[in-house]
Parts: sequence; C-alpha cells; structure tokens
Amino acid sequence: MAQVTMLEAIRQAIFEEMERDPSVVTIGEDIGVYGGAFKVTAGLLERFGWERVIDTPISETAIIGAAVGMSYQGLRPIAELQFIDFIACCFNQITNFVAKSHYRWGAPVPMVMRGPSGGGVHGGPFHSANPEMYFVHTPGLKVIYPSTAYDAKGLLKSAIRDNNPVLFFEHKFLYRRIKEDLPTDDYTVPIGKAIVRREGRDLTIVTYAAMMHTSLEAADELAKEGIEAEVVDLRTLLPLDKETILQSVKKTNKLLIVHEDTRTGGIAGEIAAVACEGAFEDLDGPILRVTAKDSPVPFSPPLEERFLPNKNDVLAAARELARY
Amino acid sequence: MATDVIMPQMGESIFEGTITKWLKKPGEKVERDEPLFEISTDKVDAEIPSPAAGVLKEIKVSEGQTVPIQTVVGVIDGAGSAAASAPAPAKQEPPKQEARQREDEKPAPASAPTKSQAAKADASTAGTQPSAQPAPRPVAATGAAAPPQRPGTEKVRSSPLVRRLAKENNIDLTQVPGTGAGGRVSKKDILSAMESGAAGQQAPAPSYAPPAQRPATAPPPPSGGQAQTTLEVGVPRERMYFGNYSVEPMSVMRQKIAEHMVMSKRVSPHVYSIDEADVTGLVKLRSQKKEEFERTTGSKLTFMPFFIRAAVEGLRAFPTVNSSVDGTNIVFHRECNIGIAVALDWGLIVPVVKNAEEKNFLGLQRAINDLAERARAKRLKPEEVQEGTFSITNPGVFGGLMGLPVISQPNVAILGLGTIEKRPVVVDDAIAIRSMVYLTLSYDHRVVDGAIAHQFMGKVKHFLENWTESIL
Repeated sequence: MAQVTMLEAIRQAIFEEMERDPSVVTIGEDIGVYGGAFKVTAGLLERFGWERVIDTPISETAIIGAAVGMSYQGLRPIAELQFIDFIACCFNQITNFVAKSHYRWGAPVPMVMRGPSGGGVHGGPFHSANPEMYFVHTPGLKVIYPSTAYDAKGLLKSAIRDNNPVLFFEHKFLYRRIKEDLPTDDYTVPIGKAIVRREGRDLTIVTYAAMMHTSLEAADELAKEGIEAEVVDLRTLLPLDKETILQSVKKTNKLLIVHEDTRTGGIAGEIAAVACEGAFEDLDGPILRVTAKDSPVPFSPPLEERFLPNKNDVLAAARELARY
Repeated sequence: MATDVIMPQMGESIFEGTITKWLKKPGEKVERDEPLFEISTDKVDAEIPSPAAGVLKEIKVSEGQTVPIQTVVGVIDGAGSAAASAPAPAKQEPPKQEARQREDEKPAPASAPTKSQAAKADASTAGTQPSAQPAPRPVAATGAAAPPQRPGTEKVRSSPLVRRLAKENNIDLTQVPGTGAGGRVSKKDILSAMESGAAGQQAPAPSYAPPAQRPATAPPPPSGGQAQTTLEVGVPRERMYFGNYSVEPMSVMRQKIAEHMVMSKRVSPHVYSIDEADVTGLVKLRSQKKEEFERTTGSKLTFMPFFIRAAVEGLRAFPTVNSSVDGTNIVFHRECNIGIAVALDWGLIVPVVKNAEEKNFLGLQRAINDLAERARAKRLKPEEVQEGTFSITNPGVFGGLMGLPVISQPNVAILGLGTIEKRPVVVDDAIAIRSMVYLTLSYDHRVVDGAIAHQFMGKVKHFLENWTESIL
C-alpha cells in the first residue's frame, strides 16, 4: 500500500476502469497531451491512445453532447469539465436531456461528468464554484461529492459502472492536501451511502467534501470542551442517504449542517426538512447551518476567507447547540 | 371577560421575579399597555404594562413577593363587564384620546387621583421609586402583552424530544428543573428526571444556605423582597440592634448587588494596581470640541469614551484582562464588551457597551448616553446588562480621588477612574500644573498577574496621554 493523494486516487480509478472495460473512454479539454489542467489524466493518452483519450476544443457543450452520443453507442464516457463552474454551459443538455433520457426514451446514459470544484484556492468567482445543487434538484441524475481519497476512487469506479448519468465533484482544495493508504485491489464504494466519520453523542454534524475535514477538526476541539460531535459525511448528495442522517439525529438529538456551498438553496435546507419530517420528536434544539455566504466566491483572498465557512464558525454553532 | 396578568420572563435565564410595587389598586381602571406593576429580577427592574384594558379586579401576588415566571399575579376584568358590574370608579370609559394623552404624561392613572396618590404614598415605603417616565412597552417581548392561554406543560420551554419523552414516561414537565438555554428543559434534564424517578420533586435547594441561628429576641424578619438570598450575617444579630434604630428591607436590587459583591470577593483573589495619567491634552480637547460636538452630533461629550477607547487598546494588547475563568479554563473573549457602572438613586447597574472594539468615538459616546439614560428610566433590556467582558467604574464623578472596585463577575478586571483634577507634577525637572487622573485596576490574580496588569495600565495610560484619534 502506498500513500496517495485524492488526485492520484481519481487518476487510478479512471486508469483501472479503462484497463478493465474497453468501453470506458475519456473526453475533455487538454486531457490528452497536456494530461489535464490538474494532471488528473496524466499518462492516459500514452497508455490508451487517441481513440479513448479525446482532446476537445474549448466547448463544454461539445464535450457533453459528444459524451451523450458515445453512451448511446455503447461506450461509457467520462467527461471532464476543466473547472466544474463551466458545467453551467451544459445546463440544458444535462437537466433536460441527459437526466430525462432514461425516463423518456428508455435510453439510459451511462456517463460520468466530473471536474474540480470548490473554493479556498483563490480561484475567484469563475473557478471556485460549488454548483451541486442545480443538479441535486434534477431527478434522473446522481450527484457525488467525496471527501477522502479512498471514497473518491471507490465512488468514481461505482459511477463509471453505473448505467445512468452521474455528476462527480472533486474538491480541488483536497486534490493534493490529503493523502491516504489505499488498498491495491479493486474496490468500489456504493453510491447513495453516507458514512459516520466520527461517533458522538451530543450533536450530529452532517457535511461533505472539504467541510468534512473542517468539521472533523472542529469535532476534535469540541471534544476537549466535553462536547462529542458525530460527523456524518454524505459522500453522495443525490440520492440522499436519509436513513443515516435520521439515525444519527435520533441518537444525538441535535443537528448542525455544514457545507461550503452558499446558504440559500443549499442542501442544508433539504436536510433540515428531512430531519423535521423524520425525526421531529427527537430534536432537542434548533437545526443550525454553517455555510458560505450568499455571494459569488470573491477574488480577494481575505474576502474569500471571510466568505468560506471555517472551523470557528462550526465551533460557534456547535457550542450554541450544546447550550440547548 | 377577565384577563390574567402574569409575571413575565425578563430574559432567558430568569425564572422568577419579585413584585416591588402595584401601580394600581383593586377596583382601579387601567388602560391596555398602561404601567400596572413594577418588578425586580436578577437582571433588571422594570415596569410591566397591562395586558388589557379594564378594571384591576384582583391582586393575587402582593408587593414584596417573589413568584416564578408565568404565575398569575392579578386579574383584569374587561372594560365591558367592568362597566356592568363595578360601578365604583366615578368616571369610567374616558375617551380614547384622553387616555392616550394621559399615558404619555405620567404612569399613574388620572381617573382616580386620590387613589393614585395613595399608591404613590405606598410606593415610598416599598423601597423602589416609580420611574419618571412611563414605560409602555414590556422590556422583553415575552408574555407580558399577550394574555396567557393555559398553564401547565405548554408553558415550559422544552423541545419536541423532551415533550415526547415526558408523554411516554408520564412526567409533568413543570416539575422538571430546566438547565438548558433560557431555563429550557433539555434532554439531559428529562433523562435525569427519568433516572431519579423524581419528576414531582422540586429543584435541589441551593447548597450555600444562610446560617439558621436566630436570636431569641428576634427582630422583625426581613420582609419585602423575598428573593432567595445567600447573604450571611457577620456578627450575632442581637449585637446589631441597639439604641434607636429603624429597620428597612433591602430592595431586591440591593440584595442582588450584595450577593454579587460577596460572591466576587469569595471567588476572585483581588489585587489592585494604581497608576496615574496626564490627561491635560484630553481636557483641552474636550473643552475645545464640546460645543461643536454637541451641535453636530446632538450628544454630550464626556470623558468616558476616551477611557473606553484606551481600555479597548489595552484589552487587545493583553487579552488575558478580557477573559473569564471557568474552572481550570480561561475563556478569552474576542469582543470587548465594556460594562459601565451607572449609579442610580436606588442602586447600581452595569449596562454593557457591546463590541466597543468596533465602535468609533461617536458610537461609544452615543452608546454610553443611551444605556445610562435607559438605565435611569428602568428601560434596559436584560441582554444589555449581560455578556460584559470588562468593566469600568467612575468614582471620580462623585469627587473620589480613586477607588478600588470589586470585580464584576465573570470579568477578571475592572478599571476605576478617579476624579480629573489639576495637580502639580514634575515635567522635565520643572513643576507643572497638569490635569491628572488616578487609574486603578482591580484584577483577578487567578489569571492576571501584576506584570500583565501593569503593562495593561501602561498601555491605557499611554493611549490617553498620546491621544491622536479624531473625535468627530
């Protein structure tokens, strides 16, 4: 076993799936010769050749459109959006066509749309977005947003093997910041299953992606104050693992939701509703949210720091809940 | 239609209040929102407006009694039935406008002048003066204005979980002491109630009880405010009563101050440091700018904002001084919330200038004026006397050369300001006449050492003596 980054874990998943199944192909901007803007696809061209590692012009709609066509022809394309922000260009294709294809025509679209997302790297408003909720609101899609290298690899493999369209968000802040020992054998992580990262009795923190690490750090600090927080990592946003959320809320009776996405219309609101519907009589305090502010991601580093939720925000909200 | 008058909850942590004075007598008419009675709680004194118009039919809780929040303290008979059943008040149903006008003028009702005067006479013996201005709004929004619906569990603050557990285990929530935020019955509380099976029991008595010994020739027991007091008596009581004397009960506020002072001295090992600052520059600045300041801002220019600004500088440089002690933890406060001791005719209160570090000079001056004014009018909100992180007291206004104050808990330090006066001081080997002020710092030696205290004072002094900020 070797220590690998999340980025390397994603590369391994693509590489191993292409090895395993000749119908898996990759398509995107600069993914071939250049190896991808973040080098996720480095070495693929050399191994699998032009036919399966396809460089495209700068046109996200072309990438998604081509991938849909390929998937109708029996291939399993992995489409890379160089920055996930630009997935908005393909909004119509994804929400109206890709998501409904199986439902409307009985024609499943086994494709993965993946790309780097999230802030904290001073990328500014066009290269830092968390656009997951546009798609979580679209029935017919699956939305994955992992927080660890192990999950990234296992979930990406599941996504590639899934017969329906999957959006796969890769938090670029985590790309090279986390390292893990990964098993060398072939493994997958099931889509739609959250995981309890840390057991606790006093409150539940439901979170995902980069904020999962922030929440774990906060939980360690809370433990020193005698507050034991349970941290639930969603991993998949759609379908949402309501069972794990409710189980944890019923255990701790208090719920805090932490996400890097902006506040209004963020998944925290949905999760709060799930908790109210499924565990109202188990709540011993208000449901609180820690999120980014309702603003585009600012360019200025100090402003971005202010915009993003951080450990202190989580601590303050958790302490507030603990008072109840 | 009768309306119950209830003891309102004046702040989240308050669970009882003492009626210090009824402003109406049974049979008297009262308008909706007209001050009806005065209460005193751990946090504030306040006038409580009437929840309805009508006739005060019954007083259930008399002056001096302390009762839990939500207790029915009186009953108001609605205007209609009052007219039918109670012919006593001579002029009923004054035109609405007239009533409004009177409300604006004074708190006492005008429809029955003799009775109102009698009420005033009663008031002078009750220890608390009626405030000069009417306070038609309840200090806290809770309860007072809204007629209570039902007593019982629905009035207990809890949570869905707690209510379910109570139902499943047949527990009367009114009997479970709440320790959550705002006296809320939390999961922990109900679990321990379930465990002990003691749902019907009262909260445990305070562990620190006053000594029980009573001399045989007991003087009249302290009446009036029966807030649970933990004050002990230093010497046998018979040694206090001799010669010619009269005995008056302490007001609730007095008792609270007394308790707090004893507690603070017991909890915090006080150390005192004294320094002096040359504020000649500030005195000049103030006299130069006083009129302009008042003209352009509408606020009086006092010295207090200068001292708050200087204290904030000190607190930022030495965060230990801006902390609280929780057992073996030090709680460092990021906000500088400065409590300002305000002397009242009937006691002392410490309203808090919140986030002083974020306010400019004018903002500080406005905040001080506003808090002090409302403190004197008994119109402070409970949260305005909470969450202080440091305090300042000013014995100098009464001419004191300096004072050594007692720390206001849970702060760890308090700054005392002496009177500003001209004194001969040595400046560059010459004797000069300068405006000087003594600064004293009382601090909690558990966390603040002399080194820190003196550096803090040095910072404050330096800031005062080298004032550069614009005040307008």
